[in-house]
Amino acid sequence: MSEAMPQAATPSLADNVLGMAKRLGMSVLPFAVVILLWQFASLFFPRFLFPSLIDVFWRCIDIFSTGSMFADVLATVFRILAGLAGAFIIGGLLALLMVRSRAIDRFLSPILSLFQGIPALSWVVFAIIWFHGVEFRIFFIMVMTTLPSFTFQVLGALRAMSRDLMEMVFSFRPTRMKLFRVMIAPAILPDILTAWKVNLGNASRVVVVAELVGATGGVGYELLQQQQLFDMAGALAWTLQLVFFVLIVQGILTLIENTAFRYRAVSERVI
Amino acid sequence: MRDIVTPNDAAIHLDHVSKVFGKPGSSGAYRAVDNINLDVRPGQMLAILGKTGCGKSTIFNMIAGLTEPTTGTVRVDGRDPFADFDSFRGKMAIVFQSDRLLPWRTAIQNVELGLEMLDTPLAERRAVAQHWLTKLGLGGHENDYPHALSGGMRQRVSIARAFATNANILLCDEPFSALDESTAGRLRAEFVRLVKENGKTAVFITHSISEALEIGDRIVVLKRPAMIAYDVSFDTATDQQQRELIRSRIGEVLAA
Repeated sequence: MSEAMPQAATPSLADNVLGMAKRLGMSVLPFAVVILLWQFASLFFPRFLFPSLIDVFWRCIDIFSTGSMFADVLATVFRILAGLAGAFIIGGLLALLMVRSRAIDRFLSPILSLFQGIPALSWVVFAIIWFHGVEFRIFFIMVMTTLPSFTFQVLGALRAMSRDLMEMVFSFRPTRMKLFRVMIAPAILPDILTAWKVNLGNASRVVVVAELVGATGGVGYELLQQQQLFDMAGALAWTLQLVFFVLIVQGILTLIENTAFRYRAVSERVI
Repeated sequence: MRDIVTPNDAAIHLDHVSKVFGKPGSSGAYRAVDNINLDVRPGQMLAILGKTGCGKSTIFNMIAGLTEPTTGTVRVDGRDPFADFDSFRGKMAIVFQSDRLLPWRTAIQNVELGLEMLDTPLAERRAVAQHWLTKLGLGGHENDYPHALSGGMRQRVSIARAFATNANILLCDEPFSALDESTAGRLRAEFVRLVKENGKTAVFITHSISEALEIGDRIVVLKRPAMIAYDVSFDTATDQQQRELIRSRIGEVLAA
């Protein structure tokens, strides 16, 4: 009863290396172009407008190697991750409630849509007026700005789960925990990772605004210092800290995706 | 040739069962099943035959405990499959029209699914899943993901998944209808052999007269909204001439 499946031709080692080099080149190329354009501009403009990237590089090294400055970077990273984790947990719970009860969905959806329309800067002002603690203020701002997006994305993922697969798993009479483990979690994981990727970018922008106005440390606070000193190299170096963080976390999320979603069929024809 | 099964002996018992979708009495209400009485004895292979939309799948879902009847009583092994849903864990297995394999699980992990629900230790469930995959001709494909398998292979994985839990009752909703005739024929023969060999009670939904005659030892023909229009039992002693008579009678009932 066995049936033979057609096997795709296995690429050679040379093809693999060439392919990897091509992919690497394609991903590095856009950055190289931006760097070259900036460096070119630095030859013609004053230092406070377009500093040399070599200066920026040494400022970055300075931030990494100076304990107090690196602590500022870590504080911001922690604030982003704590805010995202908080919004994800609350948003996930809200989405579960909304998918189980139409009444809760009808009640919460307009409120979350309303929150989505409130600018991040308004939440910063509200937080400063309402709360005293700096960390809680920032946590509140991070949660309020990313909560609607997390909730709607998890809700969408829960609603998009295959009814056929759900019925099949139900036919084996799973406990709630097992249903979650074997069906719900793997089914919504792709959307959760996408939600994290999208919100990570938003959160890294919002955290800077929150720190700029209401904190005494962190990347946002340091950016304010650079602005007051008219130090473009410093401003760029501190900005790059956030960019590095976002790229690292995006890389980790992509790694998780590549491992967790290896079951997906890959079509040779692209969109 | 009508099979007489008393409710007390029945593995599956439907008593005046109706199902109405939408609010009963409202203009949008749709009566999918109308006052059905049906008893299936243990070890019987019942084929439920009817045209598309006649309510076969609704009856199937009510026996499976996935849908609640609007009126009447459904009992499987003396219990209500909808109200006592969890008590049927490991007692009932379903083969669906499409394979419904979890795409993030390999073939062997899909077969293990039902055993995981029964808290079977990993080594044991792996051995059982391997046994059924091999029995269904899928040795060597244990670690393949569903997308790497053909339609026939995927459906065999889903049959292996149903048999792996050793459930007494098998419910099959047109499991071979999406396959080509040659693959479907081979799987059908294999399926009948496995059901008989393992003494299962099976309910098999189909819209094909030939398939019903090949699989069932009893055929119930439904007319829309699901009412029993013809009920016939037969066995290995039933000769070809009698089978042809049954076939033509079923044809008449369906055409009427």
